[in-house]
Amino acid sequence: MIPDVLVEYQSEIWVSIGETFVLVGFAILAALLVGLPIGTFLFLCRKGQLLENQFVFSSLNLIVNLIRSFPFLLLVIFIIPFTRFVMGTAIGTVAATLPMMIIAMAHYSRLVEQSLLDVPKGVMEAAVSMGASIKDIIFKFLYVEARSALVLSMTTSTISFISYSTIMGVVGGGGIGDFAIRYGYQQFRTDLMIYVIIIILVFVQFIQYAGITLARKIDKR
Amino acid sequence: MITLHNVSKQFESFEAIKNVSLSIKSGEIYGIIGASGAGKSTLIRMMNYIEKPDEGSVVIDGEALDQVKHKRIRHIRQSLAMVFQGYNLVGNKTVYDNVAVPLELSKVPRRDRAERVLESLRFVGLETLKNQYPGQLSGGQKQRVAIARALVNNPSVLLCDEPTSSLDPNTTAEVLEVLKRINERLGVTIVIVSHEMEVIKSLCQRVTVMADGKVYDTVENNPTGVHHMEHSAEGFVKRLRSGGDANDS
Repeated sequence: MIPDVLVEYQSEIWVSIGETFVLVGFAILAALLVGLPIGTFLFLCRKGQLLENQFVFSSLNLIVNLIRSFPFLLLVIFIIPFTRFVMGTAIGTVAATLPMMIIAMAHYSRLVEQSLLDVPKGVMEAAVSMGASIKDIIFKFLYVEARSALVLSMTTSTISFISYSTIMGVVGGGGIGDFAIRYGYQQFRTDLMIYVIIIILVFVQFIQYAGITLARKIDKR
Repeated sequence: MITLHNVSKQFESFEAIKNVSLSIKSGEIYGIIGASGAGKSTLIRMMNYIEKPDEGSVVIDGEALDQVKHKRIRHIRQSLAMVFQGYNLVGNKTVYDNVAVPLELSKVPRRDRAERVLESLRFVGLETLKNQYPGQLSGGQKQRVAIARALVNNPSVLLCDEPTSSLDPNTTAEVLEVLKRINERLGVTIVIVSHEMEVIKSLCQRVTVMADGKVYDTVENNPTGVHHMEHSAEGFVKRLRSGGDANDS
């Protein structure tokens, strides 16, 4: 049932899938732990919002835009000295998580900011009128009201992270995409490449389905 | 008691409030009426400092809000509950959880919240809908949930910004009845902003008429007061007295 070529390369494929999990997993962590707060801060510093601060907003906005507009392959190469400085090496899966985390923070923070913009202004106003602190407003109002959009944004981001991870072979980061290029494309095993692409497509479809299902389930508005 | 001393507010080149002073006594139902753009919503938002005046001061029970720290203002806001035209409920929280929010914010222990939330919902007649979400309710029910949320923390003042403007006449009457009971039974001071003369006439003891960011007059809601209004604000007030909508101009 399983094609011979997949059986033949199964151990390499499992290792590659593991590497992709590491790359994408760290990216998701960075997105949640850093991207979410940055996106929230971007939103709150906008004109007319609670922490309105033109300087902070413009500075953060510029950084996020710069990172996001950088062609990812060039970003990975451009920050090699920085990666070496932070991680001790610029080569390998662990080192490759750094550029993944950087793009993840920028990518998700922008989507978070946009998700929060959809929260009705009246809800924020009600929160302020109740004497809520900034922390209360974020956790008891903003994230509650935007939770479905935040989940959908994370779904979109995760799919992008999988896409970004496929080029991490350039710094020895491995991953399923790198496997498809090295074993499929470069060794003229087109069938192997197609099977790997199918594996990636299945992953992406599953993530998309899970994201949409969860977002729908938690959206009570 | 709420006192506004010579407050003014400008939004870019638009002067929303021009040197307004007024004083609201504890326990009364106080109305502010005027056409759209008269500045009445800005004025009521100044009372809990959602809008800070550019000039003048807001004094709540002897405390000038421009003299106190932000944390104190947040605390004061908890005793000046607000109800909005658009209800402003959190769509992803149940009716129960929406009403419980002010208690969470003032750190009331979880075990003490349930009784107070249910009591508040009982007061507005919505106890049975506690597990519904706002999206499943009618406009009138949403506004009653918003009132229950405003009441749950035992505020001394209820600020109502056009609370019935999105409602049909029957539902408006229900909401006004709830507001009246809140004032009579709980002794809560009510400040209500509206452009609907009937709402103001049926509820308020004193009324301030606003137009163009200024106070035209403040009168008692009785025949003498209405007569006085008629003479002080001429054409504008005549329209109001005829029972029409202040926006019909």
